[in-house]
Amino acid sequence: MRRRILIALAAGSIFGIGLVVSDMVNPARVQAFLDPFGAWDPTLAFVMGGAMIPMLIAWALTSNRSPLFGCGFPAMRTEIDGKLVSGGAMFGAGWGLAGFCPGPALAALSFGGGGLFLFVAAMLAGIGAFRLTVGARAPA
Amino acid sequence: MNLNIADWMMGLGGGLLIGLASALYLLGNGRIARISGLLGGALGQGPNRFLGERFAFFVGLIGAPFVWISLTHVPAITVATSPAILILAGLLVGFGTQMGSGCTSGHGVCGLSRFSPRSAAAVAVFMAVGVLTVTLGRHVIGGL
Repeated sequence: MRRRILIALAAGSIFGIGLVVSDMVNPARVQAFLDPFGAWDPTLAFVMGGAMIPMLIAWALTSNRSPLFGCGFPAMRTEIDGKLVSGGAMFGAGWGLAGFCPGPALAALSFGGGGLFLFVAAMLAGIGAFRLTVGARAPA
Repeated sequence: MNLNIADWMMGLGGGLLIGLASALYLLGNGRIARISGLLGGALGQGPNRFLGERFAFFVGLIGAPFVWISLTHVPAITVATSPAILILAGLLVGFGTQMGSGCTSGHGVCGLSRFSPRSAAAVAVFMAVGVLTVTLGRHVIGGL
């Protein structure tokens, strides 16, 4: 249990530093990626590409093995339904409007200024609103 | 277009760190580093036995950048959006990631690297709507 918590702490820390190093904490850079008809900035594609490399290796290593401190790997969900598409569309709209997705918004919380707190508070409220409405009727 | 190769290389390096962190969490704990899902879980959804490690993940995610910028420099970030837009965006991101079961980390990094068709569909949708939103907001309606 303690080892799992240490792994989570290390993973969260490396993840957060990666978001700062790649400048994904900067919403202007994220919005510039989503703006192919403006001054397009392809940096986000390099971030995704870079993140793929360790993860491709990691998924390959999961076959016929168990996690170091756990009992199994999560099964892959396959259903492509209305919730996936409408949820993805809502997320995409919010992501474009602010230039923040959940990880960078939290990673930038300590230095990003007051607007970040507003965004994160609204994001938590959005999670709560889902829980009380659609999420209350069926598991996510 | 931003042709600054140094920016691209910092993106690649930072991306490698993000992938490394996700790989560590997967191979160590057998869990997917999906920020929106972990956040939903830390707020009380899902099995309680994972609450401690979810909390620890967020301590690292929020705390490590603060230590990092103290040792290096504070990145010059631009939050250009108005408070009303930030609130609307936050609500959409919070609600949408729970309904769609994932964001850029879960569906993007972890799902695509697993060749999940479900995650590929989600990424296609949120990328397309993200581009549409910025394009409308900057070049058609204006104000963004």
